[in-house]
Amino acid sequence: MAAKTLTIDGKQISAEEGATVLQAATEAGIKIPTLCHLEGVYDVGACRLCIVEITGTPKLLPACTTKVAEGMEIKTQGGRLQKYRRMILELLFAERNHVCAVCVSNGHCELQTLAYSQGMEHVRYDYTFPKWGVDTTHRLFGMDHNRCILCTRCVRVCWHIEGAGTKNVAGRGGRSKIITDLNQPWGDSDSCTECGKCVMACPTGALFHKGLTTGEMEHDRDKLEFIVTAREKKQWVAAD
Amino acid sequence: MIYHDLIAIKEKELAARKKIVLRCCMAAGCMSSDAKGVKEQLVKAVAEAGLQDQVEVRGVGCMKLCCEGPLVQADPQNSLYIKVTAGNAPSIVAALKGGKANAAQTDPDAAFFKQQFSIVLANSGVVDPERIESYITADGYQALHEVLHEMTPKDVVEAMVKSGLRGRGGAGFPTGLKWGTVAKSPGARKYVICNADEGDPGAFMDRSVLESDPHSVLEGMAIAAYAVGADQGFIYVRAEYPLAISHLQIAIKQAKQHGLLGAGIFESPFNFNIDIRIGAGAFVCGEETALMASVEGKRGTPRPRPPFPAESGLFGCPTLLNNVETFANVPAIYRKGAEWFAGIGTEKSKGTKVFALAGKIKNTGLIEVPMGTPLRVIVEEMGGGAPDGGTIKAVQTGGPSGGCIPSQHLDTPVDYESLGKLGSIMGSGGMIVMDDSTNMVEIARFFMEFCMDESCGKCIPCRAGTVQMHNLLDKIANRQATARDLAKLEELCDMVKNTSLCGLGQTAPNPTLSTLRFFRNEYEALLQPDPFGPRGSGAANQPELATK
Amino acid sequence: MTVTNEHKTQSRLKVIFEHASGDKRFKILEVHMKKHQFRQDALIEILHKAQELFGYLEDDLLLFVSCKLKLPPSRVYGVATFYHFFQLKPQGEHTCVVCLGTACYVKGADKILNGIQEKYKIKAGETTADNKLSLLTARCIGACGIAPAVVYDGTVTPRATPGSALEQINQWVAK
Repeated sequence: MAAKTLTIDGKQISAEEGATVLQAATEAGIKIPTLCHLEGVYDVGACRLCIVEITGTPKLLPACTTKVAEGMEIKTQGGRLQKYRRMILELLFAERNHVCAVCVSNGHCELQTLAYSQGMEHVRYDYTFPKWGVDTTHRLFGMDHNRCILCTRCVRVCWHIEGAGTKNVAGRGGRSKIITDLNQPWGDSDSCTECGKCVMACPTGALFHKGLTTGEMEHDRDKLEFIVTAREKKQWVAAD
Repeated sequence: MIYHDLIAIKEKELAARKKIVLRCCMAAGCMSSDAKGVKEQLVKAVAEAGLQDQVEVRGVGCMKLCCEGPLVQADPQNSLYIKVTAGNAPSIVAALKGGKANAAQTDPDAAFFKQQFSIVLANSGVVDPERIESYITADGYQALHEVLHEMTPKDVVEAMVKSGLRGRGGAGFPTGLKWGTVAKSPGARKYVICNADEGDPGAFMDRSVLESDPHSVLEGMAIAAYAVGADQGFIYVRAEYPLAISHLQIAIKQAKQHGLLGAGIFESPFNFNIDIRIGAGAFVCGEETALMASVEGKRGTPRPRPPFPAESGLFGCPTLLNNVETFANVPAIYRKGAEWFAGIGTEKSKGTKVFALAGKIKNTGLIEVPMGTPLRVIVEEMGGGAPDGGTIKAVQTGGPSGGCIPSQHLDTPVDYESLGKLGSIMGSGGMIVMDDSTNMVEIARFFMEFCMDESCGKCIPCRAGTVQMHNLLDKIANRQATARDLAKLEELCDMVKNTSLCGLGQTAPNPTLSTLRFFRNEYEALLQPDPFGPRGSGAANQPELATK
Repeated sequence: MTVTNEHKTQSRLKVIFEHASGDKRFKILEVHMKKHQFRQDALIEILHKAQELFGYLEDDLLLFVSCKLKLPPSRVYGVATFYHFFQLKPQGEHTCVVCLGTACYVKGADKILNGIQEKYKIKAGETTADNKLSLLTARCIGACGIAPAVVYDGTVTPRATPGSALEQINQWVAK
C-alpha cells in the first residue's frame, strides 16, 4: 500500500494509505485525546475530543474517522482545541451524575483521567442531576445509567465483536439511553451471552462487575484487545 | 411509450378541453377549509345549470395565496374567488354566465401574483396533480425524452453545470458539480434520493410542490438518474404530509403504467424505478447521512463526512441526494435550455427561489421570485407588510439553522451570499415575518428548544450543548441571568458551532448568534447585576456562586 | 445463551404467535412484510404499518417484528424510540395535535397548548385519565399559511384559537 507523508504538529511523518489521522499520530508517538474510540472496533466520531485542525479545511475534523492524505498539515494541540475539549468534558460532567468520590471506577476512569489531563478544574455549567436508574438484575454485571456518557462502546462491542446485538441506544438527544433487548432488565435478557465485553469496553463506571471493590474495578482492557485482535486480524497475541 | 404517444396524449387532452375551467385549490391548506366540499358543490352546480359540456371543474395544486383559501379561479374570466364556501358554489357558476357571485374576490393581477416568476411552481394551481395526462399536456416528460434520445449522460451533466443551478435544500452546493461527482464515482449500483423531509418549521414549499406537481419531481429524478447512471431512486418524505404521499403514490403508479418509470423508458436502454420511504418525525433526517441511515431502516443518526454520499452513500453505493425543489427545476432546465436558466437570477445564484411566506404578514402563502430580489419587495410589496398596522421587525430565514434579518437590512437581495453575510442562510425557503410585538430572546429560545429536542444524541457538543444553551436562554428570558451567563452562552455557541458532528449541531447556535448580533439590547435588558461584579480578567476562573 | 433463557424467548414468542393466529391484523402485517421481502431496511415501513393497524407499538408487537425481520429486539426498540411518530403507549379515544412550527408559534400556538394543558391537567404527549384525549405536538405540519393550525383526529383546522380548541375538545370529553 502506498505511503502518505504528512505533518502533525510540525513533525513530518509517513503513514499507510487508508490509515486514520489518529492511527498515524499514535504511531508517531503523538497523543490525541479520545473517548468514544476503542481499538479494534469501528469508529463513530461522536465524542469530538479527538478533533484536529487541518490546514485548508474550514471545519475541525475528528482524527479517528479522518483518513490521511498526501501533504496534510495537522494541528492536534493549540488554544482553541484545548478550550473546546475542556468544554466538552465539562458538558459531560454536567449532563449526568459523575461523582468520582463515590464511583466504583474512581482511579480507573477514562473520563476522570481526561478531565485531569485536559486541565478541567471545575464545571461552569449547571448540573442537571437527572434521575437515571441502576440496573442490577444481571447475575454478574450491573449498569448505572447515571454514569453513562453514551459513547456507545458497549453497543459496538456487543454488535461488532460479540455479534449478539443485545445492547443498543433508545430514545434520542439528551434522553438517549443504553438499553438491553426491548428495554428490559438486563437479567431478563434472552440474547445476552454474558461475555462481559461491554463491561471491559466501558470507559467509566457505568458498566461494572458485581461484587468487586473499587480497587479491583479495572476494566480488563487487555483481554478485550486480545479478543479483538484475534477476531479482526486472526492473530492471537497474549497480553504482556 | 414513444414520443408520438406523448404528443397523442397531449392532443387528446387539448381536443377534449372545455371552454371554461373552474380551478379549485386542493392543496393541504385549502383542504383544511373544506376545499373538497367546495369542489363537490361546484360539480353539482355545473350539472344543475346544464353546463357540463362547457365547464370543467378541475382540482389543482396550490394557488399560492394560502391565507385566503379555499381559492377558486375561473378561466378565461380571470376571476379569483377567496374564502369560498360550499354555499357559494351555485352563484360562482351563475357568474360564468353573467350572474353575480356572492363570494369575495381578489385581484389576480395584484403584486403578490404579478411579481412572481414561476419555474418550479409553473404547474402549481394549473395542472391536476392526480392526472398524468394533465402534466403531459403542460409539456411534461418531453425533457426526459430529449435527454434519453439526444444527449449522453456526460452532456446532461455539462448542461446542468452550465445552468448554474445550486442545491435548494439550503447549503447551495452546485448541482452540476454534485451530479458530475456521482457520475464519475465507480460502482455497479448507484442511487438517486429525493430529500422531501422538509423539516424546517415554517417551510412548506416542498409539500406544495409534491402535492401540486409530483410528476415534475419524478421527471427531474429520472433525468438525474440517467446522468449519474443510477437505476433506483427513493423519495424520503415526511409522515406529516399525507396528501403529498398520496399524490406521489398516484404519480408513480401512473408513470409506471405509461412506461415513464420502469424498464426501457421511452424504448431506450434506461431503467429507473422510484420507491417512497416515509419518515417518522425526526428533523435530523433532513441531514443527508442521517436520511440515508433512515432509508436503510436504522436510527437516523448522521455519520462524519467524508466519505461523502457521492462516493459512499446508501448501502455503501455512490448516491445522489437533492431536495424536492432542486429536482423540480430540472425538467424546465432541459426543456428550455441551460442558457435560459442561467440568464435568470444573479451572477452566483441562478434561477428562482420558492419561499413560504408566513408569520406576521398580510399575505401568507407561496411565492417564487428570481434570485436577487430584494427582501423588501417580497415582504412589503408582495406580502403586503405586517397586518393590523404593525411594523416589521425582522424576517427569519433558514429555520432553526438560520437567522433573523432585521428590518434595516430589508433591501438585501435574496441570494446565498448576501444572506450568509448577515449571519443567516437561504435555507430551504421558509420565511417567517416578525412584527414589533415579537420578543427576540423568546425566538432564540424557541429555536434552541427545537434543536435540543431534535438532537439525535450522538455527539456530545450538540446533545449536551443544546441543553445547556437552552438552560442559559431560559435563565435570560426569566430575568435570572447575569452578564457572566451571557458570556457563557456565547462561548458555548462558538464551541457547538465548531465541534458538532453534523449540520444540525453546527448551525443550532445560528438563531441565537444572529439575534445577539442585531438585538443584543433585548438580551442585555433582561440581565441582572452580577454578584461578583463585571466579568474581568480571571473572572472565568472564579468558582461559580451556587444559584440554588 | 443459557437453556432457561432459550426457553423464555421461545415461550414468549409462542404466546405471541398463538395470539397472532387469532388476530387478523398480524396476518395483514405479515403480508405487508412479505411485500417488502422481509427486508431489514424496510423496518420503518413495517413499523408504520404496525402502528396503523394496532394504534401503538406494544412490546409483543415489536418482538413479533424483530423475529420476522430477523433483527435483534434492541435494534427494533432503538428505531421505534428514535422517531417521534411512533407511539409505544396506547392513545386516547381522540387526539389533538397542536402544531408548534415557527409560523404557528409566532401566531400564538403556545397559548393554545397552554390553554389545553391547564384545562385538562395533562402535558403534551400525555393522555387524560379517562382516556378520552391524547394531547400531542408537532414540529411543523407545513400548514403555515393558515397558522396557527391544530389537527383534531387527523383533520387539520386553520386559524385556531385557545377558545376554539377548548370548544372542540369539550365536545369530545362531554360525550
